[in-house]
Order: sequence, then structure tokens, then C-alpha cells
Amino acid sequence: MANFYTDNEALKHYLNHPMMEKIVDLKERGFADADKYDYAPQDYADAQDSYDKVLEIVGEICGDIIAENAEEVDHTGPRVENNRVIYAEGTARNLDACRKAGLMGMSMPRRLGGLNFPITPYIMAADIVSRADAGFENLWGLQDCAETLYEFGDEEQKQKYIPRVCAGETMSMDLTEPDAGSDLQSVMLKATQKEDGSWVLNGVKRFITNGDSDIHLVLARSEEGTKDGRGLSMFVYDKRNGGVNVRRIENKMGIKGSPTCELTYKDAPAELVGSRKLGLIKYVMALMNGARLGIAAQSVGLSEAAYREALAYAKERTQFGKAIINFPAVAEILAVMKAKLYASRALLYACSRFVDIYKAYDDIAKERKLTIEEKKEAKEYSRLADAFTPLAKGMTSEFCNQNAYDAIQIHGGSGFMKDYACERIYRDARITSIYEGTTQLQVVAAIRHVTTGTYLNWIKAELTKECKAADQETKATLEWMAQQLEACTQSVMGIESSEYHDFMARRLVEIAGYTVMGLLLLDDTTRNDDFRQPMRVFVKLGQAEVAKHADFIANFRPEQIEEYLHN
Amino acid sequence: MSLNIIVLAKQVPDTRNVGKDAMKEDGTINRAALPAIFNPEDLNALEQALKLKEMYPGSKVTVLTMGPARAAEIIREGMYRGADGGIVLSDRAFAGADTLATSYALSAAVRKIGDYDLIIGGRQAIDGDTAQVGPQIAEKLGLPQVTYAEDIIDVKDGKATIKRRIESGVETVKAPLPLVVTVNGSAAPCRPRNARNIQKYKYATVPSEAATDEKKKALAEKRPYLNIGEWTAAYVDADLQQCGLAGSPTKVKQIENVVFSAKDARRVENNDAEIETLIKELIANHTIG
Repeated sequence: MANFYTDNEALKHYLNHPMMEKIVDLKERGFADADKYDYAPQDYADAQDSYDKVLEIVGEICGDIIAENAEEVDHTGPRVENNRVIYAEGTARNLDACRKAGLMGMSMPRRLGGLNFPITPYIMAADIVSRADAGFENLWGLQDCAETLYEFGDEEQKQKYIPRVCAGETMSMDLTEPDAGSDLQSVMLKATQKEDGSWVLNGVKRFITNGDSDIHLVLARSEEGTKDGRGLSMFVYDKRNGGVNVRRIENKMGIKGSPTCELTYKDAPAELVGSRKLGLIKYVMALMNGARLGIAAQSVGLSEAAYREALAYAKERTQFGKAIINFPAVAEILAVMKAKLYASRALLYACSRFVDIYKAYDDIAKERKLTIEEKKEAKEYSRLADAFTPLAKGMTSEFCNQNAYDAIQIHGGSGFMKDYACERIYRDARITSIYEGTTQLQVVAAIRHVTTGTYLNWIKAELTKECKAADQETKATLEWMAQQLEACTQSVMGIESSEYHDFMARRLVEIAGYTVMGLLLLDDTTRNDDFRQPMRVFVKLGQAEVAKHADFIANFRPEQIEEYLHN
Repeated sequence: MSLNIIVLAKQVPDTRNVGKDAMKEDGTINRAALPAIFNPEDLNALEQALKLKEMYPGSKVTVLTMGPARAAEIIREGMYRGADGGIVLSDRAFAGADTLATSYALSAAVRKIGDYDLIIGGRQAIDGDTAQVGPQIAEKLGLPQVTYAEDIIDVKDGKATIKRRIESGVETVKAPLPLVVTVNGSAAPCRPRNARNIQKYKYATVPSEAATDEKKKALAEKRPYLNIGEWTAAYVDADLQQCGLAGSPTKVKQIENVVFSAKDARRVENNDAEIETLIKELIANHTIG
């Protein structure tokens, strides 16, 4: 009888964010569907009420079904029989509940069978699902691939595949190969065009999440003789046609319910999506950005689960005659966990709002010409989304690992046993800072926005906003952090060595991350006093982390890099 | 083949989460302190109906409940899960009804609906635990009944095949339509509310609710599927003497707390002598009488 939405006030806080009105208005085109579809909202209040009600369904399914099945799914996991994946029984029950509840294709337009939800409430559902079972989030969250098909597929492909996703068919994105992990330019899977113009795929893919899905998006080499990213195109493969088999599934440390497959393609028929040669450089980049936001949501959900497990145990466990939560050493761990959780969620939804606005404009641009102001705004939000996505993925996944670690620490020896959920959360969390681009690769994507000033400009604009009198001291700390960001960036970039820049990049990105997250919490506190305590704890932490990085940069001579490069 | 299915449902106080203030000093339920919910076994019944609707496309599921206007909430709940519509049987004359008067009123409403193949309800409601209303409706309508059902397997050639829970296991029976089925809590849980349905039906109302809300009223006029029936005793041609308090032979003498001590079941053969012995025994130990 648990509801993972209604028991979490922070979600409603972000659902009611002031920017939502604009987002909903854009997504609903001024509520043009109101009389066309019997489930379309009449106005903003109606739309918000609908998101609230649907999230309540998500919360109920997560609390009563998905979370209840999580342990069993972790223990049994999926298996392969006759080249096909068979999900764990609990996974099948979870999927059945999500299908019956109509929670697939949530962000797709109504004309294709979707709910036409903005990204923000969809990401909230992902956040809630991940708290219940992060492994299941992978299967459910792959509905995200429909977004890419919607953006780049032709009308026939949209009509053919997207209604099927909305009705509950699953998806996968087949990118990685044995010799192409972080370096996707090396993808070798061969796409051959036949005389009649149709395509077939041959080769091997590895580490494919939900690789036996109904509808696959596949990155393959369509241009014979090429070796780099410009020879790659994107294809859609329909399982109904056959040609792709599951050779084996991986035996993983965590997210065990989610099958990670090795796939063999043998003359598998496929359709080209969009234009040739744009597979990696345009479509996969879009796909990955969506997926990264999904992993940030997964990280936040896991952080939430870790914090709740730790808090409940600390209240219940008695040592030396009192509950361990009453010992300052334990209380501090919990306060910091909560601060990281709140900061992660603030960044996640800031990012999702930016994505919402630019994607809505992109979609509107297919129907009519945007005005000059709209174009300018779309560009601005696109840049912010581009900057905030790697920052969110990097920071939230690292925090969720730290929170999972601390949750076990709070449990002491019991946490090391298989008896408590914290050990599963710990194993599940570990992948978040690795897949869809490691934290190191998120830094590569984010550092541009440190050097070009995207973060700093946003930070400076935020600092001009009013805050409550009680928060002036915190704001002053954030101003100091912003100054450190500017000074450290100048100092690092002042040295002409790209090796040195790479070496310091993560430090700079983290300084930006702590400052951005602190400011987001400050803004939240202007509307909701519940955010004050985690904000203050977070900014204290951020101040110390920024000081540490600034100190390292100030006391580091470029030639000292040598000590690090010879291992 | 398509079926017309009536699901009997009751809005009940959630007695599973009873707090200190759940009962008033006079021993009656403090309804304000307990959230009103869809009776759990009626949800099991609804699931059976929705499953049949999927199996036999074109089938129609109507939720029928007796209660005040606010009981429309469980009709909406049913619609969110896949029911086509519903009726609230609501009249002051129904107030204070025991199981006999309740089954009388509901059977009158079922007659008014007229066209039905299956009437499915939960075994019992968590506020009364009598399990009498379903069987009484069957008797009043002169229909066959299958109780303790766990799964309505299929409907073929005018007969339903039903798996039912019995004391020592399960048995599978066939019964002709039209038919009353009461469903056990061990049956499949009801499917979740559906995201699209909840957006479609959230403004569904009974006329007395719509009367106080201009927006809902306007929408209900435009969209006929948003109208939930609100039927009175007169509308279902009910004899007022058999309704509500007047039609209820049950009189509450007093209420006391009892500690229920479960014992093993005992088997009583289906003959007058054995039943008479049992009744005498129950009167002697003051369980009844």
C-alpha cells in the first residue's frame, strides 16, 4: 500500500515549478487537442491535474508491484532459451502492470497513441520507477528511443512503430560492439543495401540492454571502406522480421533484472532512419542525450532509495542505549546523503525543463516557421540542455554511488549481508557512472561549457535573483564559489597545454556542478522552506569541495603532470 | 459473442488501516476517520469482468453501487481501470439497509438495467463481512449462483466455466447464463488504473455532483460518456417497505469487542438433522440468538 509519488513531496514541488506553465503551453500548442482527444487537457490546471493523477498511478505500481518484485528479480534475473531472452517472472509482471496502466510512450504525441506528456513529468516517472527497481527502469525507460524515432524517422516509420511502443512493445538501442564502447566511431556492424534499395545488417553487438526488444535502433556502417563516424547510419530493426539472435546475456554485478545481450545479426532486414552518414554524428548524439537524462533520473531514484533505507535503519537500530541516528557521526552522513539527493533532483529537473522547451520548439518548427524570438529562445535552451545534460548525468551518478556506499555504512555489518535492500542498491548504483558515457566522458562534454562560459553566465544570472533574508549567508557562499569557478577556469586555461586542460577538466566541471546545484536549491528554497536544510548542508559541502579543487589547481605546477602519466 | 456484465461494488471504510478513532463511542463506525475505498474483493470481481471484456470484444462492463452520491468515486475508479460506465443507486429510502434490503434494492436496479449476462461481485465487503448480498441477489432474481470464484475461465455456448475455491482445494464448475458470481480475494488482483482512462474519465459525475460544478456540468453535456447514472428508489420501481431501515429485519442490539480465536473448520453434512444440531449448539453458546 505504498505510493512512491505521494510519499515524496519534492516531486510535486518540481511538478509545480513556475516554468511548467510555459512548457505545458508549448507542448500542448495552446491546448489545441482539447476537443480532438477525449483525454487531452483543457487548460494548464487540467494538464497539471492529469500529470499528478498519472504519477499517482506510477507511484502506486512502483510501491505495490515493482518494489515488491525487486528482490526476487535481482535473485532470478532473465535467461536465454533458443536465442531469445526470457525475463524474470517479476519483470514480466512489472511490464504487464505498466502496459495495462498505459505508461508506455508517455511523451509521444496523441496522434501516435501517446500521452503527450512533457519530458519533465515523464522523467519524474523514471525517477519513481528507479527508486522501486533501477534494473526495471532500464526496460521501461527504453521507451525513450521512440523519441529519437519521432524526431528523425519519416512519417511512415512513425506511424508504423510508435503506436506499437505506446501499446507496450519494448525498445533497445544497439550501439556498443566488442571493439566499440566509448569510441563509437569504430562501430563495424555492416549495413548492406540490396538492389531493391532495402537494407540488411550483419555482424555482432555487445552489452545491449534489453537486446531482445521488439523494436531496435541500430548503429551500423553503411559506407563501405570508411573507418570513422561519418560512415555510420541509423537503422530500425523489427523483431517480427527475424534475423537477430541473442547469443548470450552477461552475468552482471547489478541491475540484474535487465538483460544485457550479445547479439548476432545475420541478414537482418532493417530500415534506414533519416539520412545516411548522420547515424552517429546526429542521431546517436540525440539518442544519447535522452538516455543520459534517463540515467540521471535513475541515479536520483537510486539516491532516494539509498537515503530512505539508511534513514529508516538509523532510526530503528539501537546501540549504546539509543537509536544510532542520534549520534552526530551518523546524523552527518544522513544529512549529507539528503543534501546530495536534493541537489541531484534539483539539477535533474532543471535539465529536463531545458530539454522540454527546446524539444517543444523543435517540434513546433516542423509545423510552422518559428518567430525570431522563438528561434533565439530555442537556441538558448538547446545550449543549456546541452550543458546541463552531461553535468546532471555526471554529478547525479557519482552522488548516487556515494549515497549507496553510505547507506551500507549506516547499516554496518548488516548492510554487508544479503538481507537488506542497501546491498542491491549499492550494486545497482555502480553502473550509473559508467554506461551512456562514463563520468570521464561527461566531463569531456561539459568542459566546453566551462570554457565558453555557459555555466558561468547562467550562474551570474541566478545570482541576480532575490532570495529570502535567511538565505543571504548561503548566497554569499555561492557567490564565492562562482568567483572560484571563474578564477580557476582562467588559471587553467592560461596554461597552453591541452594535456593539462584535460587533467584539470574534472575539477573545473565539479566546481561548476556544486555551484549550479547550490543555486538551484537556493531558488527552490524561495518557494519551499523544506529545501532550506538540505540546501545549507549541500552548500557547506560544495564550499569545501570547491576550496579543495581550487587549492589543488593553485598548488599544481603543469610539469607535475609527468608524475601522473607514467604508471 | 459479447457479454453484458454488471459488477456489484461497494464503497467501504478502509478497515484494514484502523486507528484509535475508527469507532465512535456508541460502537458505530466513524466514517470520517477512515478513507473510503473500493471494497477489495469487488476489485477482484472487476478484474474478472475486465478480463472477459478483453476475451470477448464488444462486451460492456457496468459498475453498480448503492450509496450516497460520493460513491460515484468508485464508479470512476472502475472506469479508470476499464469499465464502460456505472450507476449509483442513491435514495434516502435506502438508508439503514441490512443485507436483505440491500439485495432487494440492487436486484431492483439490475432488473431495471435489464440486459445482462453476468452479475459479478466480491465475496463480501470489509465493513460487514457477511457475504450475503451476492447470493441474495441471485435468489431474488431467480438466477443460478457460483460463490468463492477464483477465475471465470471462459464463457461458451451460454455457459460459464468457473474455478472456485473450496475448503480443501479448488473445483471447476459450469453454470448457465445469466448468472451471479461472487469472487474470492484469492483471485487475480485488479489491473491498475490506466493513464489514458484517468484523463478521459476524471470529470465523470452523477447529476447531483455536476449540479454544483459548472465546468463539469458543461463537459458532461458535451461528452455523454461522462455521465454516471444516479437512480432513485422510484426509478427502479422499488417497494419502499422493502427498502432501507423499513425493509431490514436486522436490528443492532449492541456492539462489543470480541477476540476472534480461529479454530479448525468442522464439516457439517448437508441434511436437516446435522444443521439443526449445529443451530442448537450455536444458540446454546450464544453465537446466535
